[in-house]
Amino acid sequence: MTATTAELPAANAPAKPATVTLAKAVNTALADAMAADERVVVFGEDVGALGGVFRVTDGLTARFGENRCFDTPLAEASILGTAIGMAVYGYRPVVEMQFDAFAYPALEQVVSHLAKMRNRTRGAVGAPVVVRIPYGGGIGGVEHHSDSSETYFAHTPGLHVLTPATVADAYSMLRQAIDSPDPVIFFEPKRLYWSKAALELPVSTGPIGTAAVRREGRDATLVCYGQSVPVCLAAAEQAAREGVELEVLDLRSLVPLDEEAIVRSVGHTRRAIVVHEAAGFAGFGAELAARIAEKCFYQLEAPVARVTGLDIPYPPPKYEHWYLPDADRVLDAVDRALAA
Amino acid sequence: MTLLDLTASPRSASVTAGPSWDSQPLRYLDEHGAPVEGGLRPSAEILDPATLLRGYRALRFARAFDTEATNLVMQGRLAVYPSCRGQEACEVAAVQALRVEDWLLPTYRDSAALVLRGIPAVDALTLLRGTWHCGYDPKAWRTMPQCTPLATQGPHAVGLGLAAKLAGDPVVALCLFGDGSTSEGDFHEALNSAAVYQAPVVFLVQNNQYAISVPLDKQTHAAALADKAVGYGMPGVRVDGNDLIALGTVLDAAVRRAREGGGPTLVEAVTYRMQAHTNADDAARYRRSDEVDQWRRRDPIERLATYLTALGTLDAAVEGEIEEECAAYTARMREQFAEEPGYHPDEMFEHVYATPTPRLLEQRELVRAELGDATDAPGTGTEQSR
Ligand SMILES: Cc1ncc(C[n+]2csc(CCOP(=O)(O)OP(=O)(O)O)c2C)c(N)n1
Ligand SMILES: [Mg+2]
Repeated sequence: MTATTAELPAANAPAKPATVTLAKAVNTALADAMAADERVVVFGEDVGALGGVFRVTDGLTARFGENRCFDTPLAEASILGTAIGMAVYGYRPVVEMQFDAFAYPALEQVVSHLAKMRNRTRGAVGAPVVVRIPYGGGIGGVEHHSDSSETYFAHTPGLHVLTPATVADAYSMLRQAIDSPDPVIFFEPKRLYWSKAALELPVSTGPIGTAAVRREGRDATLVCYGQSVPVCLAAAEQAAREGVELEVLDLRSLVPLDEEAIVRSVGHTRRAIVVHEAAGFAGFGAELAARIAEKCFYQLEAPVARVTGLDIPYPPPKYEHWYLPDADRVLDAVDRALAA
Repeated sequence: MTLLDLTASPRSASVTAGPSWDSQPLRYLDEHGAPVEGGLRPSAEILDPATLLRGYRALRFARAFDTEATNLVMQGRLAVYPSCRGQEACEVAAVQALRVEDWLLPTYRDSAALVLRGIPAVDALTLLRGTWHCGYDPKAWRTMPQCTPLATQGPHAVGLGLAAKLAGDPVVALCLFGDGSTSEGDFHEALNSAAVYQAPVVFLVQNNQYAISVPLDKQTHAAALADKAVGYGMPGVRVDGNDLIALGTVLDAAVRRAREGGGPTLVEAVTYRMQAHTNADDAARYRRSDEVDQWRRRDPIERLATYLTALGTLDAAVEGEIEEECAAYTARMREQFAEEPGYHPDEMFEHVYATPTPRLLEQRELVRAELGDATDAPGTGTEQSR
């Protein structure tokens, strides 16, 4: 079969943007940041030869050498503390915590030092460290592999807490995190590591601290982040078939929080449903619900609803489908809000 | 024993015999200020009378500073003060072992080390005065903020050392710990990581026998803290922490080894905390005064004074000069602390982030509104303690 001229790519046509996984987008962001700035170093458990248990650091040691991407002893507090020392010296460390629950040994370093360094030194010394944490459930992980630990960090003044939900955000937000003068806890929704989209580089998806409307709607706002974004989009899709138009607001950044975007959206839809995977009690959604109540009280047609994980230890693989907020649970909350 | 040899890897410990350390820490001077027979043989540089006199001045200065700070806390000028009385030789030796480009990682107990590095007293004591920041620019002084969460400074030292190594800079980090801190996980993680990275770090444990009220035998079952080095694959040295000459010899060797790419060293300095843990503590509840008296006879300053007097390096005239210098310094301290600096609540929001978040700006407005027209914000309380 002969190709017609129309089918042949023109010699100078721009290459079609590659379709990549979210994991690859993170990997590309790391590589590009390392290429752009030799102060950027990557270290953590198994990030070298193996490329990380999720392969997010794949190829970095081969390309940049052992001094730029290296394996550490199994010692999370030491990984964090070493990153702090290196940042004070002038490096831009990006460290990987292997799984959400395995970042806990590093919590003291994060809370007592990383978050406070700038303040403790009256602005003389910042701690520009990025802590990457794959988080969340839905991957059939056994215990300690599926926590949503964002609230521990969001509760700590001095940290930025980001979590991308799209391929473009994964790339763009990580580059911004690495450029930030302040420490960033970068939560990577591990269930979305294998989600794919076209990634056209360079891409910049808006500054740290801005939310993104993923779908416009007029009847209620679903406020969400991370793995809950695709859940809310699926719920909105289903609702649309029944004539209910839901707005989906992806926060992207928990700290700083884009309160303007929340107020704008809820002010116009007059109903808010806050969705996240972490346990609900004293969770990040409680903060969101309180802020919405404070700022949008007179526009609200219904109480702010929360759809969250259950207040139990994250359950094992055979049970997690009962735990995870899904589109049906979101739509039940939407129904209640619309009936109010 | 000749010059301390840290190039040989950790002294071997036989599995059956347990730790290889003699109970006696390395020494140059005995308790009476006379050279110990068969003790350390310091370099000619260290034994140079001018060097020794500089060390002695520094010891006296550290004692004067510490005494004045203790006075200030009793007058309510500081919120709290952990004294280093009795440990001055460790403070002096740590600072003298370093070059200006090296990093020092002090704890709350090491205010004297800060002023010995050159940080003005009024800045060095900022934190203990009760404000929210360390009072000096850590990069300018190559001195990290004083660390209070025990042993958490250890991994920072590893990071600074590793950074220097990767950058190819001949820079060393010296990290101070107390004996109680050696039980913390971060102590272990720091030493293990430093050894794996062969980072240029010297870990100096000031074994002052107590962690607040808890004596060392409730902290460890090891015969010596220096023994812990064996497990990390680094040299460990136990040295008399009240003998400036011995400390200088050991730390010089450890710093040189680190600078030359030989990796980290653990140094245990055996000393004693002469005062209570802080001004807020009551040491009579957990230790006997005859124990304290025994250690008073091992005072690091008197010991060196006896030696230097015997050498003819120190006499009444030099003592007089030092006395005057110290008096002038402490008089200036008293003046500087007589007045409270102004405190303003806006400061609390300034450096949480490089750029304050909208949330912080909102809260700053809230506090401003609460204050109304009152220009003088209430001063920070001095009642807080660690
Ligand atoms: C992680 C942590 N736990 C407890 C404390 C409270 N604390 C402050 S000093 C101290 C004793 C420390 O003893 P040591 O390490 O021997 O140092 P020293 O005070 O004798 O210099 C304790 C328990 C603390 N500061 N940090
Ligand atoms: Mg102690």
